[in-house]
Amino acid sequence: MSENATPGNRGEFGPDLGEVFGPHVADGGPELIQLLTPEGERKEHPDFSFGSDMSADEEAETIRGFYRDMVLTRRIDTEATALQRHGELGIWAQLLGQEAAQIGAGRALRPQDYVFPTYREHGVAYCRGVDPLNLLGLFRGVDHGAWNPNDNNFGLYTIVIGAQALHATGYAMGIQRDGAVGTGDPERDAAVIAHFGDGASSQGDVNEAFIFAASYNAPVVFFCQNNQWAISEPIERQTRIPLYQRALGFGFPGVRVDGNDVLATYAVTRAALQRARDGQGPTFVEAYTYRMGAHTTTDDPTRYRLSDDVENWKLKDPIARVKAYLTRNGLADDAFFDAVEEEAKELGHHLREGCKALPDPKPMSMFDHVYAEEPEELRAQREGFAAYLETFEGSHS
Amino acid sequence: MSTQKITLAKGLNMGLRKAMEDDPKVLVMGEDVGKLGGVFRITDGLQKDFGEDRVIDSPLAESGIVGTAVGMALRGYRPVVEIQFDGFVYPAYDQIVCQVAKMRYRSKGRSPMPMVIRIPFGGGIGAVEHHSESPEAQFAHTPGLKVVACSNPVDGYWMIQQAIASDDPVIFLEPKRQYHADKQELDESTTLANAYPLFASRVVRRGSDVTVLSYGPTVKTAMQAAEAASTEGKSLEVIDLRTLSPLDMGPVLESVRRTGRVVITHEAHVNLGMGSELAARIQEQCFYSLEAPVLRVGGFDTPYPASRIEEDFLPDLDRVLDAVDRTLAY
Repeated sequence: MSENATPGNRGEFGPDLGEVFGPHVADGGPELIQLLTPEGERKEHPDFSFGSDMSADEEAETIRGFYRDMVLTRRIDTEATALQRHGELGIWAQLLGQEAAQIGAGRALRPQDYVFPTYREHGVAYCRGVDPLNLLGLFRGVDHGAWNPNDNNFGLYTIVIGAQALHATGYAMGIQRDGAVGTGDPERDAAVIAHFGDGASSQGDVNEAFIFAASYNAPVVFFCQNNQWAISEPIERQTRIPLYQRALGFGFPGVRVDGNDVLATYAVTRAALQRARDGQGPTFVEAYTYRMGAHTTTDDPTRYRLSDDVENWKLKDPIARVKAYLTRNGLADDAFFDAVEEEAKELGHHLREGCKALPDPKPMSMFDHVYAEEPEELRAQREGFAAYLETFEGSHS
Repeated sequence: MSTQKITLAKGLNMGLRKAMEDDPKVLVMGEDVGKLGGVFRITDGLQKDFGEDRVIDSPLAESGIVGTAVGMALRGYRPVVEIQFDGFVYPAYDQIVCQVAKMRYRSKGRSPMPMVIRIPFGGGIGAVEHHSESPEAQFAHTPGLKVVACSNPVDGYWMIQQAIASDDPVIFLEPKRQYHADKQELDESTTLANAYPLFASRVVRRGSDVTVLSYGPTVKTAMQAAEAASTEGKSLEVIDLRTLSPLDMGPVLESVRRTGRVVITHEAHVNLGMGSELAARIQEQCFYSLEAPVLRVGGFDTPYPASRIEEDFLPDLDRVLDAVDRTLAY
């Protein structure tokens, strides 16, 4: 089949690829679930709604909260990017443009739910109460993950692409065995959310996770931020159908939500998590978004994508549309926006000062936590290296 | 106290059952482990008695088996996964070396991985490709994992329980051609607390001329070689290493200091096999006791051959004796 097939052509075996990809679906296509337009207008959807279970005041308060969350998340990202430029971090994985996808998903969680992140889930980490300073450690090279996963039910960042989708599924199988699914007790029933990107959708582990989750009806939500790029490879290199449609082949529902719309992402993820907690099994959520920045601070996206595309996606900015909505409807005033900006500045200060103060680990700490029961040979290496270090004057082993 | 005669398969089955009775967090997972009881029947009857939630037939995806077991361990379970054959562990290799092995380290001890990965290993059963391999060195090389190999029914019974009780992830190698071969008496008055330790090697035959190091399927080969050598007046000491990572060098070094001569035998390829590490440690730690170079008798550095010629690939009694003669003649 030709990659340049005219939209609407149907071959003997179904639609040509041009129907699925190309400029005419750059807006996510008709299947995109959207509740707040890029212009900041509320929109109805037959299956999903935001705010229907709240008073008008609660709804406005919640949306102001989302705005604050997204502004602070963006500040975490811009500060960390700057810290990398100043040599304080070795690398940083930027989330610019994906704030709504992460805050919408993160705020839909209950405390007993469990998150398995990639290495870019800074907004979700923030929602789970992880100190953003703790996110910097692995990018600075002082640890492999500083937070206790069980303090906030937020797993450590996973760097091997897609590996955590299986961990999430297994964890969800554990929840089933603990009888913490489908009891109807909102404090007890729990779900798991597995984060990954469009690139990871090609990984065997992600596909195996789909199969295991479907087979056991595990309470897990597969939350894919399709940010259109896996470093330099466009989404067309990963898939020939819209990602959310893959779910059906595995035997569970998939939806495509506007990942730059925090209201829609929240509504869809909340429903998917509830479905999992109720014992109805896995759901695939494709959050259709765009990586506005580079893959990481070492990447150069000007080598592989058009600035026009980036400019087009700027018009869909997840924060601007919420600000437009709040302003136009008189739900937030300048004092509110100034206060959030002030808070963001303080957070930036916390990150800058905190990052520079993060201590380098002691060399001897490399021997810690390899095993529960340390083998004699490793103990000998530890002691030998300590003795070796002691031979240097002023050593701080 | 009663005794009963058991095969290795029976010992492992009984050990798994005991571990599941003792700890409700122990789960068994793998391909065909449920109704079928595993292709070697090691999990026979477990699903019937412990239910489908604890004895889990998995989809046919090894990375999926190990990866979901990681998740279950994070939730507080103690998964025992079965990889159906040695040559099928490679799809799970990434999860084992990148996740299982590193989770405790990455999390500063907050996320332990008390998992056992059972792998029937080794050849000699006339199988097709990928069913006769010895991948132990690939895992012994990986920090964070422990690797053990049982060689007899009674060890099978105790070692599987000890591995399950370990808070470290254990690659548990079972010599598949021994599963139904020999019977041994199980003394049921022994308890887990006073059983021979898991991470310890053991002298299984005393001797004074040459030390033969073996594990898993080659323990039997080494014992047969020692028997044959004794008729020629040569006294071989045979050690069953049992633990490959960590290595328990104590009994090995003690033996080598007495004999001064070492032959190491395993089915795995000799190049960078366990024998390489053993030889290195022996020369580091008892250089002046050695009367001859340390010799290795293993699988050749070829892929595992077609089964009609596998007996030529595998170290057998004669090749072990040939090495014994060479070390004695040095």
